[in-house]
Amino acid sequence: MNNRLINWFKFASPATFYPLAGKMIPWFVALSVVFGVAGLYLGMFVAPTDFQQGEGYRIIFIHVPASWMSMFIYLVMAFWAALGLAFNTRLSGMMATALAPTGALMAFLSLWTGALWGKPMWGTWWVWDARLTSELILLFLYIGFIALQSAIDDPRRADKAGAVLALVGVVNIPIIYFSVKWWNTLHQGASVSLTKSPSMAATMLWAMLLVALCFWMYSIAVALGRARNIMLERERHTEWVRQLLAGKES
Amino acid sequence: MLDLLFAVIARDLKLALRRQADLVSALFFFIIVVSLFPLGVGPEMDMLRKMAPGVLWVAALLATMLTLPRLFGDDYRDGTLEQLVLAPQPLPVTVLGKMAAHWLTSGLPLTLLAPVLGLQFDLSADGLLVLTLALLVGTPSLSAIGAIGAALTLGLRGGGVLVSLLVLPLYIPVLIFGAGAVDAAVSGLGFEAHLSLLGALLAGSLFFAPWATAAALKISLE
Amino acid sequence: MLEASQLECVRGDRRLFAGVSFRLEGGELLNLQGKNGAGKTSLLRMLVGLAQPVAGEITWRGEPIRKLAEDYRAELCYMGHHNAIKEELTPLENLLASARLSGEPLSEEQALEALYAVGLAGREDLQAKYLSQGQKRRVALARLIHERRALWVLDEPFVALDVAAVDMVAGLIGAHLQRGGLAVMTTHQAVTIPAGAVREYRLGA
Repeated sequence: MNNRLINWFKFASPATFYPLAGKMIPWFVALSVVFGVAGLYLGMFVAPTDFQQGEGYRIIFIHVPASWMSMFIYLVMAFWAALGLAFNTRLSGMMATALAPTGALMAFLSLWTGALWGKPMWGTWWVWDARLTSELILLFLYIGFIALQSAIDDPRRADKAGAVLALVGVVNIPIIYFSVKWWNTLHQGASVSLTKSPSMAATMLWAMLLVALCFWMYSIAVALGRARNIMLERERHTEWVRQLLAGKES
Repeated sequence: MLDLLFAVIARDLKLALRRQADLVSALFFFIIVVSLFPLGVGPEMDMLRKMAPGVLWVAALLATMLTLPRLFGDDYRDGTLEQLVLAPQPLPVTVLGKMAAHWLTSGLPLTLLAPVLGLQFDLSADGLLVLTLALLVGTPSLSAIGAIGAALTLGLRGGGVLVSLLVLPLYIPVLIFGAGAVDAAVSGLGFEAHLSLLGALLAGSLFFAPWATAAALKISLE
Repeated sequence: MLEASQLECVRGDRRLFAGVSFRLEGGELLNLQGKNGAGKTSLLRMLVGLAQPVAGEITWRGEPIRKLAEDYRAELCYMGHHNAIKEELTPLENLLASARLSGEPLSEEQALEALYAVGLAGREDLQAKYLSQGQKRRVALARLIHERRALWVLDEPFVALDVAAVDMVAGLIGAHLQRGGLAVMTTHQAVTIPAGAVREYRLGA
């Protein structure tokens, strides 16, 4: 029992985590490909054609999972941030920094696919409905986090400042979502939400879940890769990095 | 506790009065931004009347943003912020005092000026009244939430723009309920719900923002 | 009473110092020496709690300063590079305001006494922006007279002071040490403190 407790903090050291992460990445990439192929196959070929929207609707198999992931990644980012502030571990901060660009990418993907869907449906590239507007604000929150961290030179201050911002963001997200829904229902009573379909065939739900899993595995792989780069850069003066680079050169 | 609060507010107010330029420039910014909209969209009164709540609120947000860097900036540069953090007093209370002083020198003057500008947009008497009430309840939240951004970005390059990037998304709920209240009043619908929500946001931000800001200050001073 | 053990400081990429340990008792002054950039200011900031060491611990009367928080801060007086005075306030207003903000009782007479003692008689009602650098430094130093704190942490206190003022401050420090106070100081000047035990600690090579 004692051994397991000690082991957790052992992995909190970049020197131990670096090789471990390196071994895990190929597995996550593989899982991502498997889920992606399965999900897209289901979504593109098996799910029934929508009676109102035709084939164009199939883009929701990317749009919806991307939205889910953008939200989920923010929560994970905030979790790592909280951990870093509480226990002062360097790795937590690196993980949060590594996740942010992927989260922003998911948010952007969600917005872009939302627009691609909207154009054939409503004739405009953008519609100010509650979902898309909230997603846009989430993208702003990600960009704010990334901008703050790039403006700070000292990595320790950058980690902690980003952590405070991420936690403030996490607390505000429900408030922002609520207020945007309110705003939307006040001003646009009759508009149809992009994701409100009368019923979701089981295959459609499965397809979305599988693509979501694909994005999740992809995000983990990319975040681990980015975290490894951050580790190398920040710890470049330490022994283990020097040995690693020396080993590579030989 | 109250003693500390008043000491902070008194000091900051005295400083603001001796540095009037800052106070006045934010107000002029508010006036100019509000005047830009008719210049941009045309002088047709019907459209302006409809846009008025949003325009006035957005201009108030932007004018508040402008004043945020000096919330902690001056104290940071002359070393008094360090002494405030080192004082044997609870930092969140000190921070609350600074937020209050900031509101008294930015949010409150904006609130008092807004009805005058609202007349330029032909807002009805009801609209003007609710505008003032909504700004009165909403602008303190702007000071509280903005302080977090100001504390996080102390001493960083690109300070003003960076603060805006961080804080404007967090201002959106206040904007929605604030402008919504005026809209509701103008259309003869109930605005109490909006005002209560603004009140809830105020209570929430006054409770949480001082802690977050105190943490951010300690991080920025390291 | 003040003990530092195995302190380590990292600034950006560089490790400034590691394994710094010392003990300071009442009546002792620690004169921190080191080249520019050796980390003296960083160490002082760690001692007052403004900066966190990467490793190591600082204790005051046996308790870690992180735990003591406000109680520790109530016993210390920190003077950094900045004067920590507001330019738009007069020296008198500055002293009264900072005392109020620290929760310390200070009457106007006591504040004036402190200002006269640092040689600012006649200047107490002039906005600080009209004072010279040395005079502004004296306003900052006036705190040392009216505040009764056990630990003084002074970062280059003699900068911008003329010879008479340097002697005055050295006297203040000496009196403080005689009362049983502790002090940690960095300075590039060779100054003799008239009382108390002076120990030296060198950072870096």
